[in-house]
Amino acid sequence: MLEELYDEKKKQLILGFLIGVGFGFLLDKGGATDFNIIVNQLLLKDFTVLKIIFTAVITGMVGVHLIVRYMSPELQPKPFRWKPIIIGGLIFGAGFAILGLCPGTAAGAMGTGAVHAIFGVIGMLVGAGIFASVYPHMSDFMSESDKGTVTIPDLLGVNAWWIVLIFSIILAAVMYLLEIYGF
Amino acid sequence: MNPLTSELWSPYLVGFGIGVLVWVGFLLSNKAIGCSTAYARSFGMLEKLVGGKEVEDKPYYKKFVPKIDWEWMLVLGVVIGALISSILSGSFKVETVPQVWDRTFGSSPILRLVGAFIGGLLLGFGARMAGGCTSGHGISGTSQLSLGSWLAFIFFFVGGILTALLIYGGI
Repeated sequence: MLEELYDEKKKQLILGFLIGVGFGFLLDKGGATDFNIIVNQLLLKDFTVLKIIFTAVITGMVGVHLIVRYMSPELQPKPFRWKPIIIGGLIFGAGFAILGLCPGTAAGAMGTGAVHAIFGVIGMLVGAGIFASVYPHMSDFMSESDKGTVTIPDLLGVNAWWIVLIFSIILAAVMYLLEIYGF
Repeated sequence: MNPLTSELWSPYLVGFGIGVLVWVGFLLSNKAIGCSTAYARSFGMLEKLVGGKEVEDKPYYKKFVPKIDWEWMLVLGVVIGALISSILSGSFKVETVPQVWDRTFGSSPILRLVGAFIGGLLLGFGARMAGGCTSGHGISGTSQLSLGSWLAFIFFFVGGILTALLIYGGI
């Protein structure tokens, strides 16, 4: 039944839109569409953003693993390429601090009236476009460290539920300590 | 108090809600929530307006075809969802220079808009190099226990914290 739904192109576009509406609504209710909250997170003064992400990851980890265990969807991890992930991640991080928003929260910030977020979005369009143009010249860099899709349970050769449990405990403990120390 | 009109919810409630949306995306669409490919596809669509059909032959656009897809609709939804939330709570406000930026760089709108554009440039390029953003790697990828996504998530924040301390932290 679900497989049939996946093939219904129009319904899927509507679903994507509705999930996006929920996502944007929640990002704004969490304060994550606010430049000040994100930059104060990066300055380690306000941990709202990490609390949102950590709770989303704990919730997501448990649910996604239940879904792949008992229902039709399968995991779709992105490939592990450590070189472009580290270099691209650092470039992303620099942009994250300067724009004070990320690709999702910048879209949300536009909805809340942030004019500067519109310029950030234009920058992201151009940045992604530049990447698309230089991509053919970077094929060695993009592929030389590609190990395919690697999940942490695969790497360690253990049942995924152990990792879900251990990571949930670690993330919850970090949030508990943040609360205790008044963040 | 009506939660729909309150400006901020507990970050734990928001995080749980986002986690549930990750389930819904997986279950009903067989897709992982992400945002950054929509920007690459959109630029490709704009390029097609100028360069015509040949643009689709670019190797990157063979991987990410410049057309409206599930994720593109999701990003559009994010704009609308945040608009609804901010109108309901009364926090919708035309903002050009955020407070923390103003404290470091002053109130010049031009400087902030140029800064936002440069920040966006780095985000768009970096996200496509790393293969995802704070949602695709940071929430959906980490939820799947993908090794690359955890690595990306760590380096997004390493880069972000270092840059923020450097430019706004006065060190």
